[in-house]
Amino acid sequence: MTRALAFLTRRRGGPGSIGGWHWTDVVTFFWLGGGLILMFGPALWLILSSFKSPAQLAEFPPSALPYEARTAVVEGYDRPLPLYVVQDEAGTRTLAEVRRVGTVAQMVDPANPGEIQKVNIANRTPDREVGFAVENYTEPFLHFDFLLYLQNSVFVTTVATLITLLTNSMAAFALSKYQFPGRAVVMLVVLATLMIPLSVILVPLYSIISGLGLFNSLWGVILPTVATPTGIFLLRQYMLTIPDELLEAARMDHASEWQIYWRIVLPLTAPALAVLAIFSVVWRWNDFLWPLVVLSRKEVYTLQVGLNTYAGELNVQWHFILAMTVVTMIPVVLVFIFLQRFITAGIAGSGLK
Amino acid sequence: MTLLRASTPISPNRWRNRAAEPVASVKALAGAVVTAPLGWLARAIDPALRLWQRATGTGGMVAFFLLPNMAIFGIFVLLPLVINVAYSMTTGAALFLGDRDFIGGAQYARLLDCTDYTRPSSCAEDQFWIAVRNTGLFVICQVSLMIVVATITALILNRDLRARSFWRAVFFFPVLLSPVVVGLIWRWILQRDGLLNAFLVAGGFDPVNWLIERNWAFFATIGVTTWAHLGFYTLILLAGLQAIPRDLYEAAEMDGTPPARVFWRITLPLLMPNMLVVIVLVLIRAVQVFDEAFVLTSGGPGTATLYITQYIYEVGFASLLKNLGLAAAASILMGGVLVVLTLIQLLLARRNEARGKLK
Amino acid sequence: MKKTMTALAALAFGFAGAAHAGDVRVMWYSDGVEGEVIADLLNRFMAENPGINVILDNVAYKVVQEQLPIQLEAGEGPDIARVTNLKAIAQHWLDLTPYLQDPAYWTENFGAQADWMREDGSSAITGFMTQITLTGGYANKTLFDQAGVALPGEGATWDDWVNASAEVAKSQDTAAAFAIDRSGHRISGPNVSYGANYIAADGKPAPVDAGTKEFAAKLVGWVADGKMLKDTWVAASGSSYRAAADDFINAAIPFYYSGSWQIANLSTKIGDAFDWVAIGSPCGTAGCSGLAGGAAMVAIKYTKNPEEVAKVMEFLAQEDIVREFSERTLFLPAHKAVVAKGGLDWKTDDPNVKAALDVFVKAAGQIEPAAAALPAWKWGSAYYGALVNRISQVMAGELTLDDAFARIDADIAEQVAQQGG
Repeated sequence: MTRALAFLTRRRGGPGSIGGWHWTDVVTFFWLGGGLILMFGPALWLILSSFKSPAQLAEFPPSALPYEARTAVVEGYDRPLPLYVVQDEAGTRTLAEVRRVGTVAQMVDPANPGEIQKVNIANRTPDREVGFAVENYTEPFLHFDFLLYLQNSVFVTTVATLITLLTNSMAAFALSKYQFPGRAVVMLVVLATLMIPLSVILVPLYSIISGLGLFNSLWGVILPTVATPTGIFLLRQYMLTIPDELLEAARMDHASEWQIYWRIVLPLTAPALAVLAIFSVVWRWNDFLWPLVVLSRKEVYTLQVGLNTYAGELNVQWHFILAMTVVTMIPVVLVFIFLQRFITAGIAGSGLK
Repeated sequence: MTLLRASTPISPNRWRNRAAEPVASVKALAGAVVTAPLGWLARAIDPALRLWQRATGTGGMVAFFLLPNMAIFGIFVLLPLVINVAYSMTTGAALFLGDRDFIGGAQYARLLDCTDYTRPSSCAEDQFWIAVRNTGLFVICQVSLMIVVATITALILNRDLRARSFWRAVFFFPVLLSPVVVGLIWRWILQRDGLLNAFLVAGGFDPVNWLIERNWAFFATIGVTTWAHLGFYTLILLAGLQAIPRDLYEAAEMDGTPPARVFWRITLPLLMPNMLVVIVLVLIRAVQVFDEAFVLTSGGPGTATLYITQYIYEVGFASLLKNLGLAAAASILMGGVLVVLTLIQLLLARRNEARGKLK
Repeated sequence: MKKTMTALAALAFGFAGAAHAGDVRVMWYSDGVEGEVIADLLNRFMAENPGINVILDNVAYKVVQEQLPIQLEAGEGPDIARVTNLKAIAQHWLDLTPYLQDPAYWTENFGAQADWMREDGSSAITGFMTQITLTGGYANKTLFDQAGVALPGEGATWDDWVNASAEVAKSQDTAAAFAIDRSGHRISGPNVSYGANYIAADGKPAPVDAGTKEFAAKLVGWVADGKMLKDTWVAASGSSYRAAADDFINAAIPFYYSGSWQIANLSTKIGDAFDWVAIGSPCGTAGCSGLAGGAAMVAIKYTKNPEEVAKVMEFLAQEDIVREFSERTLFLPAHKAVVAKGGLDWKTDDPNVKAALDVFVKAAGQIEPAAAALPAWKWGSAYYGALVNRISQVMAGELTLDDAFARIDADIAEQVAQQGG
């Protein structure tokens, strides 16, 4: 135990502490422990729930693990019968239920199928074992054009991210490295629109997309999202810190402005570009509301739109939605795991030292 | 406003060599598959761009750099805003402006029609004002909670932890989830027959109807939004903490300064620039609150968590009989408030930059 | 890279390209298995009609409800859609009459609901109901038995049902006595049972009347004394829909008022956990009315292939196809001959289902005229939305009932003014 604690936090210790534990060590320990539960717990529960049957999802109190009912094949009955643990004055035993009539269940002992026992249903609990409803995953793969939606999602995410990186870095370069009339105005407009949420301009944006013939096209999803003011803002702040002397030196060497952008500024902005790339991937991958508005033909569905087709008017097929949500989370988590050090390098590490 | 700063100062006459270094890591990431053809493409268009530069000068190049982004931006962000202004002065069910009836400022008049602005129930559009009030409260609570929690988390992550990148990832993880998923997970946890109540019952406590009690539901929207975005702001603050010179702390330790005093005297003042960035970003995000809260509570109980973006979304888009004009007018009013917030942000940034120069 | 990009771009633009000559796109949402059933039927159609390619786009109900109307306003959209908001946007439906081989068959078998999906005064044939729904209640018979409370019989009033359920709830310690879905449509049948009439003499919305007020006051009272499950109505603002089916499935309420469409859902999710019965609609002072409704397949005016669209519709509207669709989906059919012949062979082995379906077929005879007129009334959705929005505010303690009634009238008037009614 102590070794585990020592692994979790390197303690401050020193004089004035109790048992070698400074109060900041205690806070750190509880904060990290609580954080681990609070941050990962819900996602873990989501993953476990995605393996539950529809009936089990609706159950209260919810169980941590997915279960399925045990059944037994009993002589004289065509179908396997569900097993129950019965607890009453005759003791505790496992019986198979033949049928239930009102509050009384007719049950048989699988070892002695001839004799029907009548049991009050309050005295029986289903005999269950941990079991994963894998069909939540397999069914959608069969009936649901998963690969097609995946392809569309990948296309939207990749193309939108590439365009975002290119156009935003070009604009940020112009806004940070050149003095020109109207620069302040452009910056102000960019910043002001940084704050307009998409959900309030849905209808006018729709009429533009419709007018351009981009309705039901993946480009209708990509284009409105790529001119992110956030990206310009982020990249410009970073580029401002690149010394102008560097650019002047390059101009002395007869580098063109394009070369300066391409060969000097862009590589030096790499950490910020990586940050923007990661956020762009996460945002575009998770985009839901706008693709739902633009895409209503199944050939162009992205994953987020596709899994929403399980939400009906009166019933939502949660078991499928949960399973597909878990599947769609995987690529983002993978991207994060591989690019983690770029995020920390871009925002945290080199950024401010 | 210096959120990010390039690494060490670079000697101007060595630009060719230095420039190649950071790109090495990016290459490893994206792979030569992507960068090599892009590099070829960039070289290929260079002669054409040189001609353009010669013909139009720097001005032409500025235009070239700005054009792609600004064209997309103009068509897909600015134009809808302009159309929205036009919508806000019309009425009817039609989508195209030409088919709508012009009514001037009537939509604004309806939104602003109140006998007493402190009581939403005295207004013609009472739910608009309820949403405004809720959003105001939300912004205040969200900003304070986020600042406190993110600062503590950043301070802790800045300690000499083992597996520090693991812990950073733990707190950053929810940023990767889509808002819809965040809202759904927490709805299942907090609803009457949810996970949290199951724990309470198992522990012998009375269950609480978290999403039905007004104050709990309101706090739930704040808590869940904080949960989802904490990692991002923590990283910005962590960047600030790591930039504080170690020797300052060492000196303080030698003097035997208590940690609380070290925090108030050294850490907090030096963290201020990053703190300001975080405050402004949280503020802007809080005014726009929608996705997570909508999935979590749908504005309930009653209208206790009805926020302004949801109001606009429902009036103008989600309801069966869409009221485009009224929604557009509300969004223009909201935009006005946001522009004021931007101006404040710019002023703060200016002051901050000026102060930086003085040093 | 450039090449791949261009190829991908072409691919993406290709998707958006013009429809092929024989293409018919169907926008379809599913609550259960009906998406698979219709896909199966359409495949059969394509085998018989090789020249016509029918593409089924499964969408979320949200898309049909929120996005489709905007697409239609822009003159876009699919060729056929399965829609529930039939009347308010009926100007976008296509009159199939000139393309149908036998319009008389349609008038004969689907005529009863034809007004639900065409503009006032029109005689167009725009589509047919894939299912008829009827609001009604369900009781958890096992819970009643365990509590030793008899199920209220025929002619029992809302008070009888709620009080009996409250007794059950008390004895069995359930979360509440009953719940109604959060929907204005759901409480309109009961409102009519208490004498409400939404439609004024000129066809415009009438102010909230005594019948609506009486039932609304009851609902608010039941929430206040804990008999009605608070969550369903209070847990959202605006006119969002919330169902309480899961609470009934979990035996958290012994009595649940929803509608016939829940049958298949209840059957699969309850399984053998308890016995449940459909009970039709409890009575008020003026009757025991439920409210009919349902979903229809309608042809859309902006289609480029009306001939093919008519062929698809004709295929799906055939008597034996309608029968098969209903039997497999457990939906109540709208087709007159299918209903008249009866004897549907429901594809289920749950005895609760067959009994419940029979109850709903019977309850359909008790719809009051004021309720029967609602599905074909243009302002129905405006009225329902305002009712839910404001009554749930009263339940949450934000408004008094009288303020709420005034707000409902004002909200509806505003809707009528905005829509140019």
